[in-house]
Amino acid sequence: MLEIKGLKVKLEEEDKQILKGVDLKIEPGTVHAIMGPNGSGKSTLSYVLSGKDGYVVTDGEATLEGADLLDMDPEDRAAAGLFLAFQYPVEIPGVGNMTFLRTAVNAQRKSRGEVELTAGEFLKEVREKAKSLQIDAEMLKRPVNVGFSGGEKKRNEILQMAMLAPKMCILDETDSGLDVDAMKLVAEGVNALRSEGRSFLVITHYQRLLDHIKPDVVHIMADGRIIKSGGPELALEVENNGYADILAEVA
Amino acid sequence: MALAKLKVETTDARLSGVVVPDGAAWSNAVRADALSRVRQMGLPTKRDEYWKYTDPASLTTAEPSSAALFVNDEGPLFEAVDRVRIVFVDGVFDAGASDDLTAEGVEIERLADAIQTDIHWAKDLYGVLETRGQTPVERPLAALNTALATDGVVIRVTGKAAKPINFIYLHKDENSDAMLHNVVKVEAGAEVTILETGPAAARFSKMLEVEVADGATFHHVRAQGRDHERRAVTHCFARIGANATFKSFTLTFNGVLTRNECILEIVGDDSVAHVAGACVGDGKDFHHDDTVFVTHDSLNCESRQVFKKVLRNGATGVFQGKILVKAGAQKTDGYQISQSLLLDEDSQFLAKPELEIYADDVACSHGSTSGAIDETALFYLRSRGVPHDEARNLLTLSFLAESLEEIDDAGLAEELRDRLEAWLARHS
Ligand SMILES: Nc1ncnc2c1ncn2[C@@H]1O[C@H](COP(=O)(O)OP(=O)(O)OP(=O)(O)O)[C@@H](O)[C@H]1O
Ligand SMILES: [Mg+2]
Repeated sequence: MLEIKGLKVKLEEEDKQILKGVDLKIEPGTVHAIMGPNGSGKSTLSYVLSGKDGYVVTDGEATLEGADLLDMDPEDRAAAGLFLAFQYPVEIPGVGNMTFLRTAVNAQRKSRGEVELTAGEFLKEVREKAKSLQIDAEMLKRPVNVGFSGGEKKRNEILQMAMLAPKMCILDETDSGLDVDAMKLVAEGVNALRSEGRSFLVITHYQRLLDHIKPDVVHIMADGRIIKSGGPELALEVENNGYADILAEVA
Repeated sequence: MALAKLKVETTDARLSGVVVPDGAAWSNAVRADALSRVRQMGLPTKRDEYWKYTDPASLTTAEPSSAALFVNDEGPLFEAVDRVRIVFVDGVFDAGASDDLTAEGVEIERLADAIQTDIHWAKDLYGVLETRGQTPVERPLAALNTALATDGVVIRVTGKAAKPINFIYLHKDENSDAMLHNVVKVEAGAEVTILETGPAAARFSKMLEVEVADGATFHHVRAQGRDHERRAVTHCFARIGANATFKSFTLTFNGVLTRNECILEIVGDDSVAHVAGACVGDGKDFHHDDTVFVTHDSLNCESRQVFKKVLRNGATGVFQGKILVKAGAQKTDGYQISQSLLLDEDSQFLAKPELEIYADDVACSHGSTSGAIDETALFYLRSRGVPHDEARNLLTLSFLAESLEEIDDAGLAEELRDRLEAWLARHS
């Protein structure tokens, strides 16, 4: 599904290397988790994959089902099936949540040569999905993320993901800011989307989310590299002992 | 003080050979007075403080610059609204194209007829509100309009108007130089909506004098036409009584030069006066100026100014807005915001927001910003699959939305929103 080879990235504005050679291969239908200390480059990796400005790829490659991601505009990456649930979802005053969702869904359908959803079809689908995430109708009417609580923003990200039905879902700290019940809701939302043709990359600091969304592979990122990969037990080790041992081990 | 040489020359050139329309004694008197005020003040030049950001030269020449006719394939605005249409072609009333000038709750008369009548209510307003609005800032182009305006209508609203009245300004002559003067008197407790649409002429000078009596309501929604080469200077002078509502919104597309002045005087207690505008302009030849002056001279009134401009490819936007709170105008709530969205670095927004307050128990605020598209929001939209241009347009429209919200009638607002959306998609 997603294949990253020797990816090196620096900032555009200053000469600072953030990613120092990332290798990652995610098979279709699998869930991978990335953990790692603050500032190790996890969000940067997710931004570079989705095409945010401000970064320069100095080496390496990233492909989605064989297609060169790094060459595409962000909207084309989305249409190709990539989705990023932001660590910090963006507020857009003046743009209604519904308008935003419908524009996005139909833009993707259009670029894939599918027919656009009618207003009725769209509404029915949003209502169903919003309900399962306990997002009420009033929230859908408000401008995108404006005045949403931290947890509501995260649930809204998952709603977008559910509506867009991407192939490769990256979740950047979707669990942060969620209360225990909301975390369950979000995890259920993610699990409902798990399928053979869909993969997940879950960035998190905590084992708790991984109790609900069971990962196949866990990676540890430090200082711009993936320094260790393993099974779910690796997350438990981090939860219990922190990163010190792992960092010492590879140093 | 003697006028500057440039001013004298400009004024002489403009006034040489002009014909003052003849009418009843009162009309001739008010026009003669206006003409002498023009001579006394002199026409504006770019050296005037009030014209610092907008060069009035093309508005004061004897002959107008020509403006190519524009083929608008969008069809007329407000077609679905049941309204009284009053059509002017290059500033001349067209009876054939207009509806019957009758509707319940209003009396409509051509200006040309009203000024022939010896005793007419319009005498108390025509040029009167304009004259009041000449202090503390001189507005010679308004006085010129009072002196020379050749056409227009006078409307007396005696009850709740059965339908909106739509002034439709068609532009069919490349060299037309139109001067219209409309007067609206909304009597106590009465209510009316005035719509204005269209480019009007190659050069257009237009005035609206409005008296909003106690308990009366005046709504005004205007869309200035898409003709790229047109020029316009418009004035709205309103005097607002007690418990009254005045709401005016203007949408401007294109045009080489547009200067919209709105001068409001709130004289009765507990009233509301809102003036708002949205404009979209493209290219170095686009220049749009909103100049607003709101005077509070009564208790417990609220005024709002909300102006939004989208500028690109070297377009220029200007906002000069003032709130004057006179001594004793306690509990005034005055608000003013002017914002521009600059879609590139070549475009510019010049703003001069002002507050002048002589009462101590008031809440007044103003703000002016100019900024680019929010890149973070743009990326967020694109990451969801919305193509770059569509995402930018969505954000642009959302920027303008706050001004459209100033229109009370949701249907009218929606129609203007659709036009804006189409403009953004077309880029012109
Ligand atoms: N635009 C930027 N300007 C300056 N520094 C940046 C920028 N983007 C990233 N960085 C730096 O790059 C490093 C990696 O940041 P990143 O956000 O990817 O970390 P992270 O692993 O997601 O951390 P966290 O767990 O705290 O979310 C940090 O040191 C950060 O300060
Ligand atoms: Mg991060």
